[in-house]
Amino acid sequence: MDLQSSYNDKVVRQFAIMTVVWGVVGMLVGIIIAAQLIWPQLSMDVPWLTYSRLRPLHTNAVIFAFGGSALFATAYYVVQRTCHVRLAFDKLAAFTFWGWQLVIVLAAITLPLGITQSKEYAELEWPIDLLIAVVWVSFAIVFFVTIGRRRVKHIYVANWFYGAYILTVAVLHIFNNLAVPVSLWKSYPIYSGVVDAMMQWWYGHNAVGFFLTAGFLGMMYYFVPKQAQRPIYSYRLSVVHFWALIAIYMWAGPHHLHYTSLPNWAQSLGMVFSIILLAPSWGGMINGIMTLSGAWHKLRTDPILKFMIVSLSFYGMSTFEGPMMSIKTVNALSHYTDWTIGHVHSGALGWVAMMTIGSMYCLIPRLFNKAGMYSTRLIDVHFWTSTIGVVLYAVSMWISGITQGLMWRALNDDGTLTYSFIESIKFTYPYYGIRLLGGLIFFTGMLVMVYNVYMTIRRVKPEPVAVIQPA
Amino acid sequence: MSNAWSWYVIIGTVATLVACFWVVTYANKQRASKEEIAESEAHVWDEDIRELNNPLPMWWFWLFILTVIWSALYLVWYPGMGDFEGVGDWSQEQQYEAEVAAAEAEYGPMFAAFAEQDFADLARDPAALGVGASLYANYCSQCHGSTAMGARGFPNLTDDDWLYGGSPQQIEQSILNGRSGVMPALGAALGGDQGVDEMVSYVQSMQDGLDQDSPAHARYMTLCVACHGPTGTGNQVLGAPSLVDDTWLYGSSPQAIRKTLLEGRNGVMPAHGDLIGADRARILAAYVYSLSNP
Repeated sequence: MDLQSSYNDKVVRQFAIMTVVWGVVGMLVGIIIAAQLIWPQLSMDVPWLTYSRLRPLHTNAVIFAFGGSALFATAYYVVQRTCHVRLAFDKLAAFTFWGWQLVIVLAAITLPLGITQSKEYAELEWPIDLLIAVVWVSFAIVFFVTIGRRRVKHIYVANWFYGAYILTVAVLHIFNNLAVPVSLWKSYPIYSGVVDAMMQWWYGHNAVGFFLTAGFLGMMYYFVPKQAQRPIYSYRLSVVHFWALIAIYMWAGPHHLHYTSLPNWAQSLGMVFSIILLAPSWGGMINGIMTLSGAWHKLRTDPILKFMIVSLSFYGMSTFEGPMMSIKTVNALSHYTDWTIGHVHSGALGWVAMMTIGSMYCLIPRLFNKAGMYSTRLIDVHFWTSTIGVVLYAVSMWISGITQGLMWRALNDDGTLTYSFIESIKFTYPYYGIRLLGGLIFFTGMLVMVYNVYMTIRRVKPEPVAVIQPA
Repeated sequence: MSNAWSWYVIIGTVATLVACFWVVTYANKQRASKEEIAESEAHVWDEDIRELNNPLPMWWFWLFILTVIWSALYLVWYPGMGDFEGVGDWSQEQQYEAEVAAAEAEYGPMFAAFAEQDFADLARDPAALGVGASLYANYCSQCHGSTAMGARGFPNLTDDDWLYGGSPQQIEQSILNGRSGVMPALGAALGGDQGVDEMVSYVQSMQDGLDQDSPAHARYMTLCVACHGPTGTGNQVLGAPSLVDDTWLYGSSPQAIRKTLLEGRNGVMPAHGDLIGADRARILAAYVYSLSNP
């Protein structure tokens, strides 16, 4: 078989394996910092182990290492399969793998050392930012040239979402990180004051919107119909919700800056477009869930589909919760509380991680010439640990967050505040314990996954897969 | 915002709202012919991936439309469209001022009534002390501790030792205007390591009387005497602590005293007058006074 007649699955395999590895690492750091919130002495007075340095390591590892590797793996797999052509530029694709891993390793070194831009989800300093930009542009070239070489006329919907995610993340990353270096590991942003804050949350919210939503919708649009063996419910719905989603997400950032020095008009626009975002977000959920209609019986026997349906449910729940929290009146209660943390994790664990895990269980056997995973039963175990873990996490943070918000605003009859800040912290301890337990249970499932993946791929020498002729 | 930017915001916002409305109504109205549906449903990717072309769910369609309409109405009522401030006359600044004014109207008279009492009565009035305790928990406990026993660098408020004086009026001044205590760095002036070490021993032994034989004595009498006084009893006007009692704000170990001499200290009590107002400051002063004068 000549090279061009087979798929480039090597880079997909590499990213798929690293998805599992970084998932374990990122979530382990999450557990450590969740424990530190209960027992601060766990940092053992070692500067690199303090919460303030490990927390960005956790967020970067789960979003960009775990989520990012999953998006690279599936984007490269899906674009080849649905364009019926080998991935463009083998060497450039290999560069994106090694480049991205280097970014992750550099992040894992610099963040504990305290080297940071202090921008949430954009902490990495300028030399690493440059490397990210180069890797990302290479990713875009590989992806879009592959699309250009496709052997079918119609571009499958998953590729629109991947394409939007790749383009937008490039723009977000570059503009939010414009900075003047003063030394190798220190730079200052070219924006200042409220403009800097607005740029940061324009980036921050769209990192959620395009990295964690559009990208994973691309994953959903391929792996759900593939696993369910059912057609996508509505092409028409996918067109409408795609364009609405990418147009409107861009406006939503200011809802992170309600009741701040950001001008009133910008806050209002951020809020109304967050509300409008509800329907476009739910379009993806409807298309995913309705694709399973007619295949509901498969949920009894296929834990991979269970992952996907629960993931879509959490997606629907989080994308309802988000617009609700962006309403100023609600935000006045929820902002700066653990409710935000719960919201983020019902999206990140419930939607992103569960869709990733389901897709990996679907993808990994195919990459290693296997009919299926080593153990379906262990996938089921993983499904239940994930579900129980994320429910414990989200519910404990709802209780703790809403109570914090209520305690902070509670007034005595004389108009003084009823609770001092420390009392609200004392209240949260038991819920931090439940959160830690939820995280531990979720993490245990990841270890089960490692074992299952290892048993599936060990002693397998993958064979090249021939490019399928378009129908 | 200049006029051009204002129009830029308005046009962008309206265009996006209109585009949303158009795309969803268009996709909903366009009833594809059976052939078109069959054609689009005939696409196959990767052997078995297909798409049906079902119409938009009506509840979803109306959800979308309603959020767009609601948003348009919101932007008429509230600021959002560039310079247009909305017909509802709302801004977060006005909301803040209105809420503060409402709270002042409701609670102000009660605080004013307390503030008219003299300190001696106030410090024995359980109602005033209850208010004072709440104020203390929210404004003071972060530094002075929830038991008011202080911490290193933050004075204990329950003892009889006062940097700036312990009368209710002096405490009130500390709360209203803040205090700024500066111990200058004296490493060089003391003549380097040996001089600093000598001064450390000298200061540590001051409780037992001034050691006139110490080489540090002469330096004390030139460098330190102005603030800490000829017998080391300190000066409340300057906030200079007594060196002959058992209260050591930054620690009494040789290392701690050495650090104080070498690097100096800056003790800052922030001013709270603008934050809580004179009436609350008075109640708070009475409460703090009551801690050491039960």
